[in-house]
Amino acid sequence: MNTKKNIGVLGLLGLVIMIQLLTHWTGTQYYLTQLTMSAYYSLVILGLCVLMGYAGQISLGHAGFFAIGGYLAAALTTHDLTPYSNTLIIQVLNRCGLLIQGQDIYGDVLLYFNPWVSCILAISAAALTALVTGIPVLKLKGHYLAMATLGFGTIIYRIVLASAFFGEADGISDVPPFTLVSGIPGLPVIEVSGDFSGRVQNYYIAWSMVIAGTLLLLNLIDSRVGRALRSIHGSEETADAMGINTARYKLKTFILSAIFAAAAGVFLTHFNGGIGPSEAGIMKSVRYVAIVAVGGMANIWGALTMGVLLNFLSLRGIFGTYDDAVFGLILILIMLFAPEGILSIRIRQRLRNAFSSSTSEIRGGESS
Amino acid sequence: MALLEIHRLNKKFGGLHAVNNVSLTVKKGMIKAVIGPNGAGKTTLFNLIAGNLSPSSGSVVFRNHELQGLKPYQVARMGMSRTFQNIKLFSGMTALENVMAGRHVRSRAGFLAGMFNLPHTWREEAGIRQKSMDLMKLLEIEEFAHKESTSLAFGQQRAVEMARALNTEPELLLLDEPAAGLNMKETAELGRLITKIREMGITILLVEHDMSLVMDISDEITVLSFGHKIAEGKPAAIQQNPEVIKIYLGEN
Repeated sequence: MNTKKNIGVLGLLGLVIMIQLLTHWTGTQYYLTQLTMSAYYSLVILGLCVLMGYAGQISLGHAGFFAIGGYLAAALTTHDLTPYSNTLIIQVLNRCGLLIQGQDIYGDVLLYFNPWVSCILAISAAALTALVTGIPVLKLKGHYLAMATLGFGTIIYRIVLASAFFGEADGISDVPPFTLVSGIPGLPVIEVSGDFSGRVQNYYIAWSMVIAGTLLLLNLIDSRVGRALRSIHGSEETADAMGINTARYKLKTFILSAIFAAAAGVFLTHFNGGIGPSEAGIMKSVRYVAIVAVGGMANIWGALTMGVLLNFLSLRGIFGTYDDAVFGLILILIMLFAPEGILSIRIRQRLRNAFSSSTSEIRGGESS
Repeated sequence: MALLEIHRLNKKFGGLHAVNNVSLTVKKGMIKAVIGPNGAGKTTLFNLIAGNLSPSSGSVVFRNHELQGLKPYQVARMGMSRTFQNIKLFSGMTALENVMAGRHVRSRAGFLAGMFNLPHTWREEAGIRQKSMDLMKLLEIEEFAHKESTSLAFGQQRAVEMARALNTEPELLLLDEPAAGLNMKETAELGRLITKIREMGITILLVEHDMSLVMDISDEITVLSFGHKIAEGKPAAIQQNPEVIKIYLGEN
């Protein structure tokens, strides 16, 4: 079991390297940009997969967590702090090396948060938001939970759209690179940025995060906690009777998935050099849910495969202006024909069910 | 002090007085049965004890702790485990995984330990697996360990459920109609199994319809009818009790 998991992860690593080499040899390195972005989106989907597929809790608000991560990272690294430089807190932060200095076009000194600090703050903010919203919201089940998380997503969307601090409809641009490693002899500067020359490097940064995330979540599912999560999905009442604190496990999983989403938001924002309100939109949340469903719900590999594939196609513009419609359609088709994901598809039987006069058998509840 | 003491317990659902002033005690090491016709309030009583329902009034004291306000998972951690009348296995998990889930209260690995697959969790996992397989052997279901649990035959599912409950190492095991849906031969085997579990030092409280099973294995029987306790005593005495014969045994 362990070896199978490790072989899968090694296979993924091999594939990632192979694809990079292929784009190098065929001169199609421009694909790397979308592959990098797809990797970050897949990180959101991996976290959501554990929440939906294993713990059995739906969230139609995960774009909100992605946006909390991305927007805070962007805002904290682009808003100049010099007007507050006399305040104690800014001086302390500066003294501790948590701020960095820049220059505007006139040569005046500007003061920003170090991307590391903003990254940690942004992810913590998302985790805290998940904690505070999760405690009341996760008491709900099924449709009610879906609606409540949808409400949460809407709130975040309206906040980023309405607040000047987050750039209103324009979003935030000119987000600086996120330097991960610098000043170590023998190693080049490693930074998350959309810089043309850093394309290969960023492809590997994104994919190492995906590989690490996949490995962590696969481990989790195989563990005692994973078993508890799956038992909650199987029967919450019984899990409770077995001494599993279901409320706490659901909450922790919700927070974990929010951390994955926020981390993806932070990194993708530094990679893109900005973020706009569409990233917080409801259609993004729907898209994430649709992709987890296509991947087979309780299937990390399925979610990852579909996450990369569909995001890549979408980013390449294959779906044109029907982009969101395509994901809506995918959701309908999956629910009708392959509620266990397309890897388990039995098309003919599903078609017969779907078009027979009886409607009783088609996916009554959200879990079988 | 008895292991479980129920004192003047009441539960009303709107106008229905499902459990009416019921008191009973379960002493350590005994097999106690609660019987009664359909709708007598047996399962409600069980749900009150296990914390799935909260009583309208009265108290449930387990191991000298008042259970009022505790959630089922907290009651389970105190050493009470249960099976359900309509078997509730975790679908999408194998029989073994179901039984292993019962080990939850006796193990510790958390989110971070799981995600980073820390070495100290390996031994714990191996222990959980070993203990679960041992229990499945005891209940003679080890050959189904790797089958999807809900695909098993009814009697096997019941055994898986019981193994899962036993895996929590309970002081008190609540069995909600364990013989429902079993034929006579299977019921007799179940009786032997329950006796075997008692010999492991586990106290048993069961709700049951099947009189042959109850009369064979119980040390003490409580009879409920329409929420009231109408009789209590040794099986032989219960069999002779005219009121019990009238409302319950008379029907058979």
